[in-house]
Amino acid sequence: MCLAIPMKVQDRTQFDALVEWRGVSRRVGMHLCPEAEIGDFVLVHAGYAIGRVDEEEAAKTLALIEEVIGEGGE
Amino acid sequence: MGREALHDARTVRALVGSVAEEFELIGRELRIMEVCGTHTHSIARAGLRQLLPPGLRLISGPGCPVCVTPISYMDRAVALARRPDVIVATFGDLQRVPSSTSSLEVESAQGARIEIVYSARDAVELARRHPTLQVVFLGVGFETTIPTVAASLEEAEREGVENYKVLVGAKLIEPPLQVLGKDPELRIDGFLLPGHVSVIVGSGFYSFLEEHLRLPGVIVGFDPVDILMGILELTRQIAAGDPRVSNLYGRVVSRDGNRPARDLVHRFFEVVDVSWRGLGTIPNSGLAFRSGYAHRDASRIEVDLDPPVEPAGCRCGEILRGSIEPPECPLFDKGCTPMHAIGACMVSSEGTCAAWYRHERHRLAGREGVEA
Repeated sequence: MCLAIPMKVQDRTQFDALVEWRGVSRRVGMHLCPEAEIGDFVLVHAGYAIGRVDEEEAAKTLALIEEVIGEGGE
Repeated sequence: MGREALHDARTVRALVGSVAEEFELIGRELRIMEVCGTHTHSIARAGLRQLLPPGLRLISGPGCPVCVTPISYMDRAVALARRPDVIVATFGDLQRVPSSTSSLEVESAQGARIEIVYSARDAVELARRHPTLQVVFLGVGFETTIPTVAASLEEAEREGVENYKVLVGAKLIEPPLQVLGKDPELRIDGFLLPGHVSVIVGSGFYSFLEEHLRLPGVIVGFDPVDILMGILELTRQIAAGDPRVSNLYGRVVSRDGNRPARDLVHRFFEVVDVSWRGLGTIPNSGLAFRSGYAHRDASRIEVDLDPPVEPAGCRCGEILRGSIEPPECPLFDKGCTPMHAIGACMVSSEGTCAAWYRHERHRLAGREGVEA
């Protein structure tokens, strides 16, 4: 039930946004993400954006995985 | 390295190898609880239990909101649905959960107005379209979902949608972790913390694990590689005797979480003692409407209720506490299946029994292999 998926903000007003990912568009509530801007990725859960996706942090996670595999593979 | 690494089989094998090495060093059985139902599902689907050393036990926790919702809540939802002036709006997961004598699905077949919605927003829209009826949204969930319910209430208040009500079944994650983390029978060594609850509460929220329970916790995402990274981090902390909270899901979880979301929840709800299936009443573990919003509270709509009756033989409660695994229940796969579910843990797609039925049952029967 706590499933959430990242989608890209195409357009927004104070309480509503059009978001899109891989050709699927939908309108979501933006009450919980006042700071998200057009072009940002937001995490969508049950019809609302609940948080912003931090691309820099995403890259750090991938780098960390690479590091761990590097260690394990040797 | 691209995102596809999160699914990559080689990455999985390398991580499993690293976990096995740490596990050897520790040299005793380890018991790691995954708190979130979505993790339970992911672990079962990827077959991670079979890849890890046998002494490294993954125990499913109470993080499936549908499963921990007590039967008395479903009794009230069914009673509300029977009122001719009420439309019940609910997430699909709840419709087949048994009440003492019925379910929303059965009531719907008998003419009750029950609408499956994807979002609390849709329930507000339903109320707008049916101004002469009361629309009751079943507000079940943890910290992830409750802000969306609060947002729907904000919309109803702002736009004067008077006939929109919520039957609150909100649960908080810290109190059960405190209870389970201290349970001498469970002997938990660490927690895989729920990724999307953490988006709201923030990684700083979990300092109680270190301070009160002296247990490690790792916030992780939902891909098999995310989960294995979390398990590896836990084994390293256990090996080092240095329990901390690590955040491996920084792409969506910050230290402070989502403050506007928590503020909106705080506006409508206050913390109260609530009852959990399997765990009983836990102090300060749920939410109820503040008195200023009594006009939104569907539990104030009058209905006749009989005392709740749990399904005979169902051991859902023990499964939710992590004290038994689904095959130990006499009903598992013998009368209780996803198509004919007796207990809540089998009804919800995120329930431990449903995850085991769909993904672990065949492996238990001797067939091996990891799903692609």
